[in-house]
Amino acid sequence: MIITKEKPLEEILSFLEPYRKVLVVGCDGCVQPPRGLREAETYASLIEMASKARGKPIECKAITVSRQCCEEGLPNWVKPDGFEAMLSMACGIGVQVMNMIFPEIPTYPAQNTVFMGAEEKREGRMYELCRACGDCILGETGGICPRTRCAKGLMNGPCGGCVGGKCEVTVEIKNWKGEVIEEVQNDCAWYLIFERLRTLGRIDLFRKLRDPTDHSIWVPPRRI
Amino acid sequence: MAEEKKAFSELMKKIQAGEFVYTGELEPHRSIDLSEVISWANTLKETGRITAANVTDNPKSDSAISSLAASYIIQRETGLEMIYQLRTADRNRLALVSDILGAAALGLKNILALTGDHTKSGTTPSAKPVFDLDGTNLVRLVHTMVYEGKDLWGNEIHGPRPELNVGAAGNPGMEPLEAEVLKLERKAEAGADFFQTQAVFDVEIARRFLKAIEHIGVPTLIGIFPPRTYGQAEFFDKFVPGVSVPAEFMEAFAKFKELPKEKRREKINEFNVDYFVAFIKEIKKEKACAGCHIMAVGYPEVIGPIIEGVEK
Repeated sequence: MIITKEKPLEEILSFLEPYRKVLVVGCDGCVQPPRGLREAETYASLIEMASKARGKPIECKAITVSRQCCEEGLPNWVKPDGFEAMLSMACGIGVQVMNMIFPEIPTYPAQNTVFMGAEEKREGRMYELCRACGDCILGETGGICPRTRCAKGLMNGPCGGCVGGKCEVTVEIKNWKGEVIEEVQNDCAWYLIFERLRTLGRIDLFRKLRDPTDHSIWVPPRRI
Repeated sequence: MAEEKKAFSELMKKIQAGEFVYTGELEPHRSIDLSEVISWANTLKETGRITAANVTDNPKSDSAISSLAASYIIQRETGLEMIYQLRTADRNRLALVSDILGAAALGLKNILALTGDHTKSGTTPSAKPVFDLDGTNLVRLVHTMVYEGKDLWGNEIHGPRPELNVGAAGNPGMEPLEAEVLKLERKAEAGADFFQTQAVFDVEIARRFLKAIEHIGVPTLIGIFPPRTYGQAEFFDKFVPGVSVPAEFMEAFAKFKELPKEKRREKINEFNVDYFVAFIKEIKKEKACAGCHIMAVGYPEVIGPIIEGVEK
């Protein structure tokens, strides 16, 4: 699924300050943690309270749609008439589609789209595992993606920064305010690949001299 | 690699002639003033035993003067042969091809191909991390340019081919060693002419490593780092990946800490010379060991005595 993190309320208010009527649009699609009607309503109340306290009240209405990334059907669900702006709870794709389908008013993002990820349990920790590079090599790397899970995306790792099976690059886990709440060391992807391939009896695949990644196939924006 | 390896540099010529070689290390900083590193390079040259010296390329991803420019200037000013360290970090494959051609045109003869530290470890963590190639594919790129007159993507080099020997790095203390050996097999397949290693303090680790890579057949220079202070030794022990310092070494340095300053320096120099002379004499017995890379950055006064001690 697509993982998003809430933007700070301050930033959202800075977008919405010029407007008096805003439609907050949830998304019931793949975005995680959930960003549906309940979350849209929570945002609507927060914005109403905070803007009122500042003497520039904004009136909000909350709705949700099945998927903001699919153009088909969106005009049936979203009726922007009477609103000056929309706030999208969806990922960066949803925000862009909303702006395309409803060009008459701006749609602002309520989220930072972080990555496509996996989670341990519902609303648990989330992990980036795939970058949609378009040239999957999982078949020869023990089902572990070095392009995503190695901080350097190396094709012939591990590098000298693998210490006791961990990557030396520290990753900060931040809360919604952007404060660092924990620093963690990820597993070294190439160490995992080595151990996995050894278990599978395919150390020959680890030994293989791999060509550099062909970046020409994932030059954005891509189309299918 | 089946083909005959060409020797373009003094370093490779001496290695191929069977001479046990010594290399040094120079670390230029974020400055256009190279006078300090040039004076270190002169000290290395004056030993008469250092064949070449590495010029570091933004170590730890701290920004510094271009290692290409520094390599060229130091070599021109001192006459000592340089080993131009080139990291794939921060350069995509076009920039790497350009720098390799530039190095050859400027008369440099050795490149040490490295991946390089992540941008997040250095002075400028907000930089876009570029790891277009890894160190192994950089070895392959240099080798292909030198031997086939084209880059890895078939683009031909006009005119004469670059004349460069390419080295790669290894880490004897890496766990598991089996993975490190497989990596070095890859680097040999990619065309590495020589290996230089991360610093080793424990002679058993060096010996175990040299035996494990003997079948690869690439001449290897074991790295040593005689520390000037307890703090430096401790840094290697605690913070450098895959490097550990034996307990007796740390204990000796802990005792030196108690001594008055002048006496301390004298005792540390003596200890380093005794320790590393014995160390090099041991590793010299191993077939894969072609030399020693002495990384005494900013501490050139022990280098002469260490080499004298081994070679006398």
